[in-house]
Amino acid sequence: MPFGYLGRRLLHLGFVLLGVSLVVFLMLRMIPGDPARLLLGEFASAEDLARLRAQMGLERPLPVQYGLYLGRLLQGDLGQSLRNGAPVAAEIAQRLAATVELAVAAMLIATFLGIAAGVVSAVRPYSLFDTAAMLLALVGVSMPVFWLGLMLMYLFAVRVPVLPLMGRIGMGNEPEALTGLMLLDTLLAGEGEAFLEALEHLVLPAVTLATVPLAIIARITRSSMLEVLQQDYVRTARAKGLDESVVILRHALRNALLPIVTVLGLNLGLLLSGAVLTETIFSWPGLGRYVVDSLMARDYAAVQGCILVFAAILAVINLVVDLAYAALDPRIRIHA
Amino acid sequence: MRRIPIIVTAALFVLVSVGGGFAQTPRAGGTLVWGRGGDSVTLDLAQATDGESIKAGIQVLENLVIFGKDSMNVEPQLAESWSVSADGLTWTFKLRKGVKFHDGYPFNARAVYDSFARVIFKEHPYHGYGQWKYVSLSLAPVKDIRVIDDYTIALVTEKPYAPLLNNLALWLCPIVSPRAMAEHKDKIGMHPVGTGPFKFKSWVKDDQIVLERNPDYWGEKARVDRIVLKSIPEPSARLMALQSGTVDIADDLDPDSIALVKKNPKLAVIERPSINVGYLAFNTQKPRFQDPKVRVALSHAVDKETIIRSIFAGLAIPAKNPFPPSIWGYNDKIAPYAYNPQLARKLLEEAKFDFNSEIELWAMPVSRAYMPEPVKTAELIQSYFAAVGVKAKIVRHEWGAYLSKTQNGEHDLCMLGWLGGNADPDNFLYGLLSADTAKPPAANVAFWKNAQFTELCLKAQKTFNKAERTQLYLKAQEIFHAEAPWIPIAHSTIVRCYSKKLHEVPLRPNGLNSFQMVWKEK
Repeated sequence: MPFGYLGRRLLHLGFVLLGVSLVVFLMLRMIPGDPARLLLGEFASAEDLARLRAQMGLERPLPVQYGLYLGRLLQGDLGQSLRNGAPVAAEIAQRLAATVELAVAAMLIATFLGIAAGVVSAVRPYSLFDTAAMLLALVGVSMPVFWLGLMLMYLFAVRVPVLPLMGRIGMGNEPEALTGLMLLDTLLAGEGEAFLEALEHLVLPAVTLATVPLAIIARITRSSMLEVLQQDYVRTARAKGLDESVVILRHALRNALLPIVTVLGLNLGLLLSGAVLTETIFSWPGLGRYVVDSLMARDYAAVQGCILVFAAILAVINLVVDLAYAALDPRIRIHA
Repeated sequence: MRRIPIIVTAALFVLVSVGGGFAQTPRAGGTLVWGRGGDSVTLDLAQATDGESIKAGIQVLENLVIFGKDSMNVEPQLAESWSVSADGLTWTFKLRKGVKFHDGYPFNARAVYDSFARVIFKEHPYHGYGQWKYVSLSLAPVKDIRVIDDYTIALVTEKPYAPLLNNLALWLCPIVSPRAMAEHKDKIGMHPVGTGPFKFKSWVKDDQIVLERNPDYWGEKARVDRIVLKSIPEPSARLMALQSGTVDIADDLDPDSIALVKKNPKLAVIERPSINVGYLAFNTQKPRFQDPKVRVALSHAVDKETIIRSIFAGLAIPAKNPFPPSIWGYNDKIAPYAYNPQLARKLLEEAKFDFNSEIELWAMPVSRAYMPEPVKTAELIQSYFAAVGVKAKIVRHEWGAYLSKTQNGEHDLCMLGWLGGNADPDNFLYGLLSADTAKPPAANVAFWKNAQFTELCLKAQKTFNKAERTQLYLKAQEIFHAEAPWIPIAHSTIVRCYSKKLHEVPLRPNGLNSFQMVWKEK
């Protein structure tokens, strides 16, 4: 068992996060814009600015600021938001669950539909389905998410109001926030109607967010499957008289999955890093909006905290993808 | 004979129908859903700088004094009356009795002391629990606070300062429960406890804030049971939410959206002149702008009506003075500089302006209500200047750098604006145009140092008679107009769009209102 491998990867993660913290710390301070001045704007007096800078600790030399930040970070403290003094860890935690729920829902839609479309296209290349699927994939990749989201909202929430306009659940129906995942919390609370309502609220933003990864996954699946279907072992499987569905799904798809898993991991990482446009359109209270608002306000602690969380998420996803490779392909061994 | 009952019945029917159409009886109950462009940052208003925090916080927190429902005149709130000592240094407030905070703590002079002292006195135990931002706009003139008795408190200023009362009406001076301050410490911004008509219930970040009616409110009880402030950052989504009835009020819609709202029979719009000004400031330190004739000439070159039509979509009025007509002391007798390119050219030639040199026209990088599209506005002004032979280059900087550089006088002309939160002319005239504020980092980005103008402003600060202050400010505006250190461009119009199911929806010129009296049809 690759426990030694896992331990090594976790150690690497620590070094990666340290490096990320330093790079982000420096880069943020290179961007023009003083947080105190941005907060106070054109109505700031010199005294107000000086007072706020002192309160924010911006008067200290950079090495001292970084040292203090690192000291707190090693104790699990991501610092305090420069905008409102709230603990950054708490601010992120409140929003991370919303982003996870949306990203996972979008990836599930993109994965199932994308792989299905890619497999069918590869099995029937240059057919009407294949042409239509790949054309839709091209449109999906090219279409601005912002426009798509507003159109879906207008069509299905205003014009023909079958779905809710925004938010995660209807007003007054929020369950007790045990996990922060609305679907799970409503199930745990035994509120079936609230669960369905939360699901309805998830549809439009998840479909909007799924469009681009769905298109990418469909195209990657198709090309990977086309390559695998030419292999000798597939011809052998067919020659042995195996059912075509067994040949496609068990033999071909499994071997085509490596590049697909890579793309899945990359896309999931991107979605979890915050789908700011989708979150903005659908008023989804996720991390994407938070990190962009924090960046615009030069809220250093909040941006640093968010990026560290994103880096950790991406590192974990990469680790899972690497382990999946070994599970999918016995020829790949994990060396401790 | 049978006709008489029929006639009477018909007459009664008509009377009831017509009478019912004139006035509806306010109804208690219901939830008011308010769609905003963003979430609040903090609900401890002494620390707030953003409009979304203030809009939510003023439903829960109250001040000693407040601006009128639809005006900017100061009225009593938690203070019933006040007086100023003969030397103008001590303001004594008599506080309202029988008022309790939402957590049951009694409102008294000690609560006022703690609420103010935590902001200005470093030694106060709660001073370290917050980031006190606009102190210069609120309590900076106060050097001492004295609790006289349970219901009397005195604020002592460093020097006579007449605008203090308006400062106290600002959102920056709320009275907060001392029990809540002690309990929540640096998290008081997430747990506001005041005396207002609504109590804070819950806050899901970037989603919604829920406020509930305070049944023990000292004044007239709020009519709706609940206010839900929803965060809807995308303006098109906010409009759709209003049109579909998901929200009852939508703020900060685009001008095109407001036109759609006006056409919708189920929706209503209120418009008010705001308390802001957008302007173009000449850097009077630069030799080419030292001659007032040059500045007056260029004032004639700018077509403000076209700017208002094309940039503000008609939702503004042209500016001629440094502050808008919604603020007392406005000099309406001043004749604005008419758009007249020929006269502009003639005056520039008489002033021997160097037409071969290029001037730098600095455009703000951010959008504000007083300047919604700064770059497009700059391009328009550039074309107006070109029409009179003046070459202008548009310069842009990042916002923080823009403010720093203009406050250090690195510009030729710069666009800026001001929102006079305390609705006192001093805020505009002394704050933005006096010689005292023309030293870097200068709020007076025209670096205009007119001794007579400054003297009038200083005298008005020490004068507590409003009629006398008005005369001083009228004179000051005449000097401003003659010298033209700015080209005042526009005062924007503030707009509120809402469902016709709501009644008695207020709108102050600063856009900040308690929704205490709003009621909703079933």
